Amino acid sequence: MTPSAVLDPVTFAILTGRLEQIADEMDATLYRSAFNPIIAEARDACHGLYHAETGATMVQGAKGLPIFVGAMAFAVKAVIDKVAVSKDLVEGDTFIFNDPYAGGTHLNDFRLVRPLMRRGKIFGWLASVGHWLDIGGNVPGGYNPRATECFQEGVMFPPVRLYRAGTLQQDIVDILQANTRVPRSNWGDLNGQLNALDLGERRFHALLDEYGDAVVTAALDASSARAEALMRESIASLPDGIYTFEDYLDNDGIVDEPLTIALDLTVAGDRLTLDFSRSSPPCQGPVNIARSTAVAACYVALKHVFPAVPANAGCLRPIQFDIPATTFLGVSAPRPVAGYTEAILRMIGVVFGAIAQADPARATAAPFGTINALSLSGHRANGERWVMFSFFGGGLGGNPQSDGLNHANNPISTATMPPVEILEASYPVMFTQWALRPDSAGAGCHRGGLGAIYEIEALGPGGAEVSLLGERGRFAPFGVAGGSAAHLNQFTWDSDDGPQHPPMASKVTGVSIKAGQRVRLETPGGGGWGDPATRRAEMIASDVKRGFVSAPMAQGVRR
Amino acid sequence: MSRPKSALVGVDVGGTFTDLAFFDEATGQFRTAKVPSNRGDEATGFITGLTRLGAIDALAAIIHGTTVGTNALLERKGAKIGIITTPGFRDTLEMRRRDRPHTWGLWGDFTPIATREMRLEVPERTLADGTVRTPVDVEAVKAAALDLLAEGAEALAIVFVNAYANPSNEQAAYLAARSVWPNAHVAHSAQILPEIREFERTSTTAINAYLQPVVGSYLSKLEDELAARRFAGTFHIVQSNGGVMSTAAARQFPVRTALSGPAAGVIAATEIARVAGFSDVVTADLGGTSFDVSLVAGGKPALAAQTTIDFGLVVRTPMIEITTIGAGGGSIAHVDAGGLLGVGPESAGSRPGPVAYGQGNSRPTLTDANIVLGRINAEKPIGGGLSRLDVEAARHAIDLHVATPLGLSPEAGAEAIVRVANARMAGAIRLVSIERGFDPARFSAVPFGGGGALHVGALLKDVGLKSALVPRYPGITSALGCIIADTRYDTVTTINLALDDLDASSLDVRMMKTGRAAYAVVAESGLTVTGIDVAYELDMHYQGQTHTVCVALPVTLAANGTSITPALTAAIIREAFESAYSRAFSRLLPGIPVRIVNVRTTATGRRPAFALKALAPPKSASMDAARRPSRRVWFDGGWREATIWSRLELPVGALIEGPAILEQPDATTVIDPGLRGTVDAFGNLVVERH
Repeated sequence: MTPSAVLDPVTFAILTGRLEQIADEMDATLYRSAFNPIIAEARDACHGLYHAETGATMVQGAKGLPIFVGAMAFAVKAVIDKVAVSKDLVEGDTFIFNDPYAGGTHLNDFRLVRPLMRRGKIFGWLASVGHWLDIGGNVPGGYNPRATECFQEGVMFPPVRLYRAGTLQQDIVDILQANTRVPRSNWGDLNGQLNALDLGERRFHALLDEYGDAVVTAALDASSARAEALMRESIASLPDGIYTFEDYLDNDGIVDEPLTIALDLTVAGDRLTLDFSRSSPPCQGPVNIARSTAVAACYVALKHVFPAVPANAGCLRPIQFDIPATTFLGVSAPRPVAGYTEAILRMIGVVFGAIAQADPARATAAPFGTINALSLSGHRANGERWVMFSFFGGGLGGNPQSDGLNHANNPISTATMPPVEILEASYPVMFTQWALRPDSAGAGCHRGGLGAIYEIEALGPGGAEVSLLGERGRFAPFGVAGGSAAHLNQFTWDSDDGPQHPPMASKVTGVSIKAGQRVRLETPGGGGWGDPATRRAEMIASDVKRGFVSAPMAQGVRR
Repeated sequence: MSRPKSALVGVDVGGTFTDLAFFDEATGQFRTAKVPSNRGDEATGFITGLTRLGAIDALAAIIHGTTVGTNALLERKGAKIGIITTPGFRDTLEMRRRDRPHTWGLWGDFTPIATREMRLEVPERTLADGTVRTPVDVEAVKAAALDLLAEGAEALAIVFVNAYANPSNEQAAYLAARSVWPNAHVAHSAQILPEIREFERTSTTAINAYLQPVVGSYLSKLEDELAARRFAGTFHIVQSNGGVMSTAAARQFPVRTALSGPAAGVIAATEIARVAGFSDVVTADLGGTSFDVSLVAGGKPALAAQTTIDFGLVVRTPMIEITTIGAGGGSIAHVDAGGLLGVGPESAGSRPGPVAYGQGNSRPTLTDANIVLGRINAEKPIGGGLSRLDVEAARHAIDLHVATPLGLSPEAGAEAIVRVANARMAGAIRLVSIERGFDPARFSAVPFGGGGALHVGALLKDVGLKSALVPRYPGITSALGCIIADTRYDTVTTINLALDDLDASSLDVRMMKTGRAAYAVVAESGLTVTGIDVAYELDMHYQGQTHTVCVALPVTLAANGTSITPALTAAIIREAFESAYSRAFSRLLPGIPVRIVNVRTTATGRRPAFALKALAPPKSASMDAARRPSRRVWFDGGWREATIWSRLELPVGALIEGPAILEQPDATTVIDPGLRGTVDAFGNLVVERH
């Protein structure tokens, strides 16, 4: 961070803004040209510039999906390792892959990685990741709650060249197109990601030409050092000690037993150790994650606790991760990982829980903590397949500053929700409810935010097939600093024999509803912060008047 | 008095000052006035300013740029409103698009402008294809309206799902509600924004209702005051789209005034630049807390379809695209624990203001840096509120908070603050130019407001702009814009059609209908116009995309209103789409069907050209009269002797070499070393490289 021979403090400040602006612009380019609403509306994508040798994150867009911000470095490293062996990288190569064990997350997330070449040498790597709508597998949309191997979750691409020396490898595109239910959508998204890489390449070259490679390199190094310094300062502000916290997943979708995520968090001066080794072993169902995904999840949690620390690899230097392969948080192929979101959301909550013990003034109660990947699909009268796939919202946790936010996105995401009118115009469904869910939040001095109720009716003569991968059906989002837990997730569908619920709480596939029948998803609110008895009377009165809590519940503490 | 009245006054009520510009279309007389604004009682400054300009009863028209709507939104001081909606959708406004305020950090909550008990559901449902599945229960609508009235609602918004596809249920509900509602503050969403996306439509309709009583009573108060002074002319309001509307329209659509004042500034800057021979410009308004930029390409300001006023407060109406960053004169400079120098977004505003104002702030601001470097004259503060500025206090604050932590001298620290602020402003200009595919080397900056001209030289260098055009009166640009602005009316309609099986003649008929309706609104506005143009744009995309590109069609409504010329064909539309798509992205997607989502219709009433020559310096002006004693000003790491000039006394053709400072009552212009300024025939200053 100290000004060096080639970099004065003013140039450092200027370049910091310029670099972020390029990554922001790459993000915006993909959002605007993508086809599937998970990227275009929900912004399930991320772009940046990564270190030439290590793949470490150097620059990220401000709006990039938080979990990708943590995971991309591993993805770029996978390409670096590949070309280190093959030694055949040339300018104009672009790699494509979705291998979740080499770079994190799950098969729907397609990564494009391209070297940024300066005078024949790699200056850094440009990368783009976006969530594609469907890549084959047993369940449209990819969230197969019954998968026991990744091969049931979709097609897997290791890092391969999509462009070789500037020439598109049509064979690769043909294989991609042959392995999806929605080839047009994927083709559109792939082009959107290429638009973003093209733009990033032009912008970074222009910036390097303007300032010189040495000055930009010095700014990138200084930026990383600054992130490290700010993270160390943040850690040092917590009291030294070992803080332990546990939370649980309902089940893995195959075996109906809870899975434990146990964290021993050690603060020692300006160093932090996150030890997850007491967590459950690898599981049969699709809620495993690769170690890279687990590290990314911790990064997201800490960035939410310390939002002022910049988003680059420097902030990870003071942190040690113990995430052994003996846990379901550090698996390798072919353990299924489609439901990775559920494991990382629980990990993030567990980090919040441990920090709350270290410093209640920084405590955030558990967010709703499940992605609720719900897909309705079927065939139109003309035989065309339709797949409506979306993630659903819930409440955030109460905190020292405010009640939790009602109906928010998950901490791993900045996703916005597609409008009902867009969904109804695109698919043969009708939403009969899109509403806040009263009494779904945990009580507290600052209560949690409310979850939601979504009720959807099938309109087409063929009805709809339904799949859900969700969580929090058995273990509710917890409160902190004396706050109460929120309400559980609940899923219901109509059948000729009356309302039905999934045997695995919030995971089900192979369900069909007829035209005129409905599914109903009720999501959790957030946990409460602080003793509910200390909540101000006028806030309780306002909650009752608005119908956020029923009167009896407002009087007392839940459970 | 028999001669028709010909004097116009533009009034811009800002947070600190109310600026007025008087122009007589017959005699060419031009005058300005500046009086303090009074927050919460804007009418007083308005009338005080008007009386300074002469007899109010002699005026032909008053055109007003207002921030009353914006302030009511930002300060959450609108009316208590009720919402009546579709079963199951009571919470649309509160659930938003399921976003959160910040990417990082999960704290903070949100209270919508209509709280939950003020949002009621009535039986009704329309499907996405426009089929009415359940007709609206009008008796339930009346009962809900009466319940909301009893709860204290002053205005009512009716928003039904899929009303963009078929508004009949909404219209029936509207008539039922009007039959029991005691005032005119009732609207349904298809009247305000018949466009797909229920949250954006709900938010816009609700904000309209929220502002209706506030803007309505403000306008009534002004009209009463004007009537008491026997004003017999017409009274108009500038919209966010930069066009003028009648006060009747402003009462019905107050949401269209959300960016009224800033839009007027962009309109004036555009016109001043056009007349001076610059059709591609970036306007740059540096105020106390923010820096606002807009791109004007080919003489036309860029428009945005929507803006977010604050978290969860979305307004979707066509408006001049104004990109705002939190870097203004009052922005506070700081060095973080990681050693990074930043300027803003935290601001000392105009109260307590910069350290040098001596009003209690001790943290250095951008203005303090400009004072320490000698760029702002400490002996002659603009605005007239203070007699002099405390340079030593500013210098000390910069030394303590910036220079020492970075190991710099106080002056170098001040220069660092200015350069970092310049870089942020340059970033905003890049955002609206390079990021939209425009080459900044073709563009000139038009700085206005009190501070823009202080930084214009750096913006030329940092962004590579061609030149800068500093208007003769930068501080009253928005008031001038009120006089200059055309009358204008926009509408949008969602049609959702595939281009491949387009029935071009039926689209023609729809466009004629929307065109004639927009034409009529402009024709009835009451301001003199030399002609009315109707233009069309389509929001289009490839099937499967959710975002659209805006496609200008090369057609217009024929003068007799009975045809679109040239006649529309699918080929014309496709060509226009592919050209717009290629400009936005690097790849066309042949083979994928193309869809038309919305039709946008704009009627513009062209106002008579404003004779900007009226602003030119008098023939008697001379370099000698304009010259002031030179002083030390810090540039590029050291003190330089800069020439100082009284800007308004400079003659046409005056050539000023940098380093130089040009002073005038409402603004300061800095000409950096290596640049030079020339006074053009209209009194503008053109700053260029050597």
